[in-house]
Amino acid sequence: MAHAISKTAGAHGGGDQGGHHDEHHGHHDHHDQESMKMFGFWLFLITDVILFGTLFATFVVLRFNTAAGPTPGELIELNGIIISTFILLTSSFTSGIAVLEMNRGNKRGLILWLAITALLGASFIGLEVTEFIHLVHEGANIGTSAYWSAFFTLVGTHGLHVSVGLVWMVALMLQLSRRGITPVTKRKVSIISLYWHFLDVVWIFVFTIVYLMGVM
Amino acid sequence: MLDKIKEFASEFFVTGDPLILGAQVSIALSVVAIVFVLTFFKKWRWLWTEWLTSVDHKKIGIMYIIASILMLFRGGVDALLMRLQLAAPQLEFLEAEHYNQIFTTHGVIMILFMAMPLMFGLFNIVVPLMIGARDVAFPFLNSLSFWMFFFGAMLFNVSFIIGGSPDAGWLAYPPLSELSGSPGLGQDFYIWGIQISGIGSLATGINFIVTILKMRAPGMTLMKMPMFVWSVLSSCITIIFAFPILTVTLFLLFIDRYLGAHFFTLDGGGNPMMYINLIWMWGHPEVYIVILPAFGIFSEIVSAFSKKKLFGYKSMVFALMSISFFSFFTWAHHFFTMGSGANVNAFFALTTMLIAIPTGVKVFNWLFTMYRGRLSFPTPMMWTVAFIPCFVIGGMTGVLLSVAPADFQFHNSYFLIAHFHQVLIGGVVFGYFAGLYYWWPKMFGFKLHEGLGKWAFWFWNIGFYVCFMPQYALGLMGMTRRVNTYDFDMGWQPLNVVSTVGGFLMGIAFLFQIWQIAHSIKFFKKVDNGDNWDGRTLEWSIPSPAPLYNFARIPQVQSQDDWWETKQRRAAGEPEPAPAPLEPIHMPKNSGIPFIMSVCWFVLGFGLVWDWLWMAIPGFLGVVACLLARSFTYDTDYYIPVDEVERTEAALRGSK
Repeated sequence: MAHAISKTAGAHGGGDQGGHHDEHHGHHDHHDQESMKMFGFWLFLITDVILFGTLFATFVVLRFNTAAGPTPGELIELNGIIISTFILLTSSFTSGIAVLEMNRGNKRGLILWLAITALLGASFIGLEVTEFIHLVHEGANIGTSAYWSAFFTLVGTHGLHVSVGLVWMVALMLQLSRRGITPVTKRKVSIISLYWHFLDVVWIFVFTIVYLMGVM
Repeated sequence: MLDKIKEFASEFFVTGDPLILGAQVSIALSVVAIVFVLTFFKKWRWLWTEWLTSVDHKKIGIMYIIASILMLFRGGVDALLMRLQLAAPQLEFLEAEHYNQIFTTHGVIMILFMAMPLMFGLFNIVVPLMIGARDVAFPFLNSLSFWMFFFGAMLFNVSFIIGGSPDAGWLAYPPLSELSGSPGLGQDFYIWGIQISGIGSLATGINFIVTILKMRAPGMTLMKMPMFVWSVLSSCITIIFAFPILTVTLFLLFIDRYLGAHFFTLDGGGNPMMYINLIWMWGHPEVYIVILPAFGIFSEIVSAFSKKKLFGYKSMVFALMSISFFSFFTWAHHFFTMGSGANVNAFFALTTMLIAIPTGVKVFNWLFTMYRGRLSFPTPMMWTVAFIPCFVIGGMTGVLLSVAPADFQFHNSYFLIAHFHQVLIGGVVFGYFAGLYYWWPKMFGFKLHEGLGKWAFWFWNIGFYVCFMPQYALGLMGMTRRVNTYDFDMGWQPLNVVSTVGGFLMGIAFLFQIWQIAHSIKFFKKVDNGDNWDGRTLEWSIPSPAPLYNFARIPQVQSQDDWWETKQRRAAGEPEPAPAPLEPIHMPKNSGIPFIMSVCWFVLGFGLVWDWLWMAIPGFLGVVACLLARSFTYDTDYYIPVDEVERTEAALRGSK
């Protein structure tokens, strides 16, 4: 998926080698700029991988340190988590459709599918907040024990990333409706979809390591 | 009302210490003086349009360097205060608490707010010029990185007069750095100062990797890049893998302190040793991040002043890259005494010894580059030559420290202090000084006075050995780091006096450098052309200082040391291809957003330090607003028309 995205972003603008020099020049510069930004974002994702990796390592080290307080097995309800997992996975799929619509040049379709993606993301966040409130009511907050500190920080950091993505996506929809599909907005959509897929992958690890391995 | 203000002020400002009071007064006076000068000469607009909003890599580089020299001063004063306190047994010049603060800020400032910005300054000024580019890949982000660093550093430094300095050591080990051990605000200033500037460093890492991989002049394949560019690449790769760990570690410590979490506390199932592992997973690569570019600088200088191609180019590349890789596998040698068992210690001892090999390869490469070269010894080369033996000794004491069983004796002793100062001063500081002297004419268009530079050089070098050689012995005699005083019967006084004298010799050396800069500005003598050292790489092919767009025409690179080869061909009378017609040059527009956003970061950090949500929340919203404002800005670049380029070139190159 990601390959296809970067390819389509990269393919743009390379074709018109013979154009008049002034116009061609501007165009060529632009293409370079956009492809460099894509590359820069890939590097940013590496740093984000390390960031989550560190949080996962911390979680794994502290996973048994419940300090005689509540354990995850007692409090976490997997059903809700499975629902939110499906919601997030679906949102990754819809963001993929948005990119396909963009490549077909369909601005309305693009904005529509981005909106659906954002709605799914928002409901994921809603479920996460509900889960956190439930846990706090049951007596597990960030200061309860090392386990819960690590739990809330890891899951919360993922949630924070998704929330940032939501604000960003809304901003992007406004820009798209105003400016249409241009090389710049195209690159922006490609980047946010990359980001969104990345968060999906991270969630799969959260789901496996925190929830499945922690509870079962 | 008045009482309330008084009460607030006594909590807000650090009070009760005549030294700090003096500093507060002098800081207040200098701020007033700066504001007055700017207003009197009507320079506010100039400051804003030419500097604060500039996205020009050369100006950003200069700002980095100015900031780092200021920080060198602050860190140096810290060092001298410590040396004074230790000059005689049972002195009461600094009390224990104040001493703790000073060794903490000395370490943080020297590594994070002196070495890092000096390094980024040189990256900024040199890398685009060396690879034939007109700016870095992301000029806006570059400006943001600088201002994040700057306001992070300000936030850290302000703790000295407001709220109280951190005092838990430069890496702030818990549980001491937890709320239970450090209830004061200093530790929060530490967290947010480093956090904010750390995000900036991370962005710089990304920026320069993209710049180097994507913006090289046509023909400059990777293996034709100047060695400094390779060293920057390896350093930046290390940055993007190491800095996120720092971000997370400080964030977890913040959550512990602010929300009462239990990551590193002694109770609630926390694990303080985990912090120490995490911080060194960043901290050890960090020391390689700062030394690798110094290796690159030495490589450039040694080849330029031997008039020879660098010996062993490929082995040098391999050495740089393998150091950046291995730097991630040695972190536990900082705490062999943790008790992780013989196997773990053996692994980290071996990796530590292993990393000495590529470093040794480099030393031989420099020596063989000089061998049978046409040598000359202006100041940049003097620093290079002084570096080699100094770093070799430092490296060897490092290998001694890597022997895990022996390390149980050396651990946290002055032997260690002497070792890392030797590699950091003898390697990093000497390297960046060499780079500053070498590229100074390229930055400003005039050379620094050689005679005063030589005085500074000798004071630094003699001072260095006088200061740190005795510390190896003191370490073996049992003196541990961070002691603020010692008893008469320890027998440490004579060597400590010698060491203090050495420290002050280096202080005098710094004064010589300031004098050197002032003198060279006063007796300004413009360099004749852009190639005052008869250099080898592309930055010497353009005027000094470089015009806004650097290269009027992007050069076509044919070989390694391309500018040198071009000069050889010219001397041999070979015909050159006619220059291509000038084209409009695409440049990024200045932007005030990075500055404003970093101010918002400062406000956010300051609010969180004091737990003033009324301040932190607007700061946070300001950051978000700046991000959105940038996202909605589409008019970010412009073109310099051909005739303007022609006029600039004609003016810069005279009638040529």
